[in-house]
Amino acid sequence: MNRVNLLRWPTVRAIVRSRWPQLSLQLLALAGLGMLIVIGLVGTPVGNRNLAIAAIWIAWWAVLMLLAVPFLGRGWCSICPLPLPGEWLQRGAILRPPAVRDEQAAGPRGRYRNGALGLGLPWPKRLRNLWLQNVVFLALALASLSVLTQPRTTAWVLMVLAVSAVAVSLLFERRSFCRYLCPVGGVIGLYSQASPVEVRVIDQALCTRHTEKTCFTGNSEGYGCPWQVFPAALRTNVSCGTCLECLRTCPYDNVAVNIRPFGDDLLRAERPSLDQSFKSLLLLGSVVVYAAVMLGPWGALKSAAANVGASEWFAYAAGFLLVTVIATPGLFWMAASLGRAAAHLRARPLEVVRAFTPALIPLGMAAWASFSLSFLLTNLSYLWPSLSDPLSAGWNLLGTASLAWGPYVSGISPWLQVAILLVGVAWAAAHVRRIADRLGGGLRLAIPVLAFNLIPAVGLLWIFVG
Amino acid sequence: MAKPILLLSAVLVAIGLTPISFGTASPSSRHVHVRARSYEYTPATIDVQRGDRVTIELESTDAVHGLRIDGYDLELRSSPGQPAQLTFLADRPGVFRVRCSVTCGPLHPFMIGRLRVAPEADLWRAGVLAVVATILGVGLGSRRNSRPGQRPMATAP
Repeated sequence: MNRVNLLRWPTVRAIVRSRWPQLSLQLLALAGLGMLIVIGLVGTPVGNRNLAIAAIWIAWWAVLMLLAVPFLGRGWCSICPLPLPGEWLQRGAILRPPAVRDEQAAGPRGRYRNGALGLGLPWPKRLRNLWLQNVVFLALALASLSVLTQPRTTAWVLMVLAVSAVAVSLLFERRSFCRYLCPVGGVIGLYSQASPVEVRVIDQALCTRHTEKTCFTGNSEGYGCPWQVFPAALRTNVSCGTCLECLRTCPYDNVAVNIRPFGDDLLRAERPSLDQSFKSLLLLGSVVVYAAVMLGPWGALKSAAANVGASEWFAYAAGFLLVTVIATPGLFWMAASLGRAAAHLRARPLEVVRAFTPALIPLGMAAWASFSLSFLLTNLSYLWPSLSDPLSAGWNLLGTASLAWGPYVSGISPWLQVAILLVGVAWAAAHVRRIADRLGGGLRLAIPVLAFNLIPAVGLLWIFVG
Repeated sequence: MAKPILLLSAVLVAIGLTPISFGTASPSSRHVHVRARSYEYTPATIDVQRGDRVTIELESTDAVHGLRIDGYDLELRSSPGQPAQLTFLADRPGVFRVRCSVTCGPLHPFMIGRLRVAPEADLWRAGVLAVVATILGVGLGSRRNSRPGQRPMATAP
């Protein structure tokens, strides 16, 4: 199987090109976001009884990690409500670009490049990478147990993210917030490389000949790429938000929405940049710590993680940073260096680290999915009462307000987690071998990296079934 | 390449699925006193043998806590000063999560303990399966190298 362009079917093409289906979902998501912020602020402070917690951290997160990212890649980003208000202000429109009355007056950025309102500054060159996103992720991760359990904290985090998105949209051009700051977008972008969906140009030569580059500059049909990507240069899903604007702005219908084999980006990735390597390792280390804190039996660890600002929290934060920022990347570097030495490669160790980054994607994605599954199956039954009485006002809208808590399929859920994780282990091992062979190092190069992969895998297995 | 990998994987799976007993003792009656406070159980892991008649006495010290055993679908609750107990036959080996079933505070969903019914070898099995998955992955990876990908790195002479 190679690729199937979904747009070859006229009905799909019409649905995808039209702005209405996407806008409807975006508006629904925006309304949901606003409602959950209000519920988080005024609803019950009991986390597992508050709809904001149940809907976001139990339902949405699980759907994201178990279905949306593995199967749709950046699908969530295409309907995410966070950047919408800022983008609408930038564009001065909600739907298609308004008619251009005076191209000169529209300024150098032009109307189609989201230049209606705001300064439209270019994002600083030094920050055009994932490092800032990694920092924002770490900041959230350190406070995550508090965010996950306190409705007001969740509401405040959502508000800060929403306001930041608007502020960044008014200062910088296009979707700089999504591309360079959003902590969730970074996770989705990285793991979307494993998904079977992509937006790509059909004929690159045609793009080269097309001097106007309307996919980047925009035209009356749509806006220039909000993600600041030239579609013909796309090699992986990392920077493509699947916003579908390029489909609308390409006058030659030269953009496809492809179904492809799982993990196709990983086969094609040339040595990814160091920020991507670090992010992959950061996410891998984080999920092991999260699993230990949230699924393990250590009460003191949970309390330390939740009491943000207390002395024990600083110890927890130090431990978290030690595992995620130092130990995990350090061990991976050691594994790559060992393999490099054993295979007598001349390349620098960091080059080898970068080269093996694609192998971390399936392992990390499976680790997050298996961790999230436990969360979902154990806590999903909290969603039904909170849906029926979202404001804790004694309502029973759906007749489920008094439904008792009970984990689903608790007898087999640990083994479902194990199964998901092992798929990731096998998938990662296949990439390690493939990359090692490609680099000319063979099994000698692969074995230390394979051994590294087994460290977080066995750690998670110990938490799941040990 | 494929045959030795499949053979090795099959052997490892067989080893992993072989019933193993790590120091089993004859069944008896066990009384386990579990203290619950936000957000942990003490002991965090209850160790029993298959066939044991187990009585768990739950004593909550700071708030109302519950104790629900995954897989066994048993539950009991205790308020401070009012211990509660239940007795059951530990007839299924394995490691089972023990969870608080009464909302007891912000971290309630994470109040977790473990019931370990020996002889169990779940972690051993999962570990062997992880090694098998790695070996199978390596086998698959070596077969997919006709695809375009990274350039070879120079090797030292």
